[in-house]
Amino acid sequence: MGRYIIRRLLIAIPTLLIISFVVYGILALAPGDPLSQFANNPNVPPEVRERIRESLGLNQPWHIRYVKWLLALLKGDFGYSFMSHLPVINLLIERLPNTLAVVGVAYILGIALAVPIGMISAVKRYSIFDHLATTFAFIGFSVPTFFTGLLLIILFSINLHWFPFIYDSTLKVKDFGSFIDQMKQSIMPIIVLALFDTATLARYIRAEMLEHLPLDYVRTARGKGIAERLVVIRHVLRNSLIPVVTLVALGVPAVFAGAIVTEQIFRVPGIGELLIRSISDSDTPVVAAIVFLFAILVVLFNLVADVLYAVLDPRIRYA
Amino acid sequence: MATTTDVRKMPVAATADMMRPPRSLWKDAWYQFRRHTLAMAGMVTLIILILGTTLGPFVYTTPINDIDFSRAIEGPSPAHPFGTDDLGRDTLARVLWGGRVSIAVGITAVLLAISLGTAVGAFAGYFGRLDNPLMRVTDLFLSLPILPLLLIIIFLFRDTLRKLFGPEIGIFLMIVTVIGILTWMPVARLVRANFLSLKNKEFVEAARTVGATDARIITKHILPNVLSSVLVAATLGVGGAIILESTLSFLGLGFPSDVPTWGRLLFDAQNYLDLAPHLALFPGLAIFLTVLSVNYIGDGLRDALDPRKS
Repeated sequence: MGRYIIRRLLIAIPTLLIISFVVYGILALAPGDPLSQFANNPNVPPEVRERIRESLGLNQPWHIRYVKWLLALLKGDFGYSFMSHLPVINLLIERLPNTLAVVGVAYILGIALAVPIGMISAVKRYSIFDHLATTFAFIGFSVPTFFTGLLLIILFSINLHWFPFIYDSTLKVKDFGSFIDQMKQSIMPIIVLALFDTATLARYIRAEMLEHLPLDYVRTARGKGIAERLVVIRHVLRNSLIPVVTLVALGVPAVFAGAIVTEQIFRVPGIGELLIRSISDSDTPVVAAIVFLFAILVVLFNLVADVLYAVLDPRIRYA
Repeated sequence: MATTTDVRKMPVAATADMMRPPRSLWKDAWYQFRRHTLAMAGMVTLIILILGTTLGPFVYTTPINDIDFSRAIEGPSPAHPFGTDDLGRDTLARVLWGGRVSIAVGITAVLLAISLGTAVGAFAGYFGRLDNPLMRVTDLFLSLPILPLLLIIIFLFRDTLRKLFGPEIGIFLMIVTVIGILTWMPVARLVRANFLSLKNKEFVEAARTVGATDARIITKHILPNVLSSVLVAATLGVGGAIILESTLSFLGLGFPSDVPTWGRLLFDAQNYLDLAPHLALFPGLAIFLTVLSVNYIGDGLRDALDPRKS
């Protein structure tokens, strides 16, 4: 097991290197210029522009910049933003809690809803509940998150005035009143993300449970006289959840990607919102850092999924 | 004829089955598919949507860029069934026109992804030597953060392509290419797995013994057997590609505002949610209906083409 994890880690390193190279290469070869905002400004003469360019290290060839960037990255230095001149790492740390609060709660809520829905759908197959759940799942992954978001805003913010539609990140949770305010402003982004997660996971859990229900060990468990409820929960559900756990791990990066859209709709100042803003500002260090962060997430959670699978399923043995 | 005498000796049920005109795989699948109510409903809806967006603008001739400030932000009325936007442009005309772009992007991007994926999967599955390197590349692509990469590529190269091919064709080509290049991997894995299990089957060996070349075995013998699962993946992929394109446009990084795709219409509608919710409602519903229909069709096809079910 230990050797398997080490081998997987060793494969992850070249993958990340190549991805970092691709990301940096795209950014470096692109026609965009971070100094273009000065180009039309008569107060910034060309000499000054050249000096800024030099101070930012932009006059060096891009492969040298890449090696420098990578070496600094290994030391945990993400460089400085072209726009705000703050260290990129500070920007990320400032924004990460907002993203995690929304994405994390939404994903946990999604899983918590998907397990019972998928389970009941499978056990009571073709019942009214199953039909409703299947329809709900189809709607859930067919409706784009940005449309759900806009619908919720129209319904709850504009018509009912229940929730604010702009996220206030300066809000600090000090007492019960501010806690309620925090709940009110996070509830819509959470619903949007959780709806999609619940839909995909519930369908998957249903399919897995249906594969297991007719198997011999289930009949044996029933034959022993165990209550049906316990057969389903202790025997079928536990076995069906093994592939689901890996799916949950594999889905984490996608959830962060989904946050890009959701943060944009509700103006949540998180990582995704920072990415969109930095892209339109041609703020290369910030964009490179965030895209690379996403790549790390993907590689990391692929690894987690593989390891979890090996840990949870004793039938799988890795040399 | 010899076969007719054989049939006469058989039990009645079997004879009836054999007297029926022969049905091909696709006729069989169609028979199964027709019984899947929701898939049929999805197909009817999708055909209506496609006809509406392709032929609609010929019937409903209101121009998409007719600015009329005196009629800005009006709700649905007989003159403008879907209302007007902030510049007084007709929403129905824009939704119909936008559908052309959105559906065309979805289908073209998937065709590209499917072709790439099938080629990579077929080579990796058929030629043992290529398997490891090609699958490494596939794994690498699977590790790429798709949405952030799409966003930066489109933002960075948008102006260059715009200059080269013009605003519509340039962006269309780029979005289709980038979506295709970043989404072929699941198809490659699917095709490879199918090739691995089929390439040692007797019918392939038989083809080889009569002297069929590798190219012929791949295209004429193995590929037709893989086609049905690729078709299901392709159908479901169209829904994904439409959502992806509208997500890009919604983030302001897809088509420019003079090309009204469904995602772009929603992006523009964001600022008028309080005054004109219909601006968001109609294009949003259009995306939702299209993707839902496509997903139901995919589901129906999967059931219909699954040999275990019939």
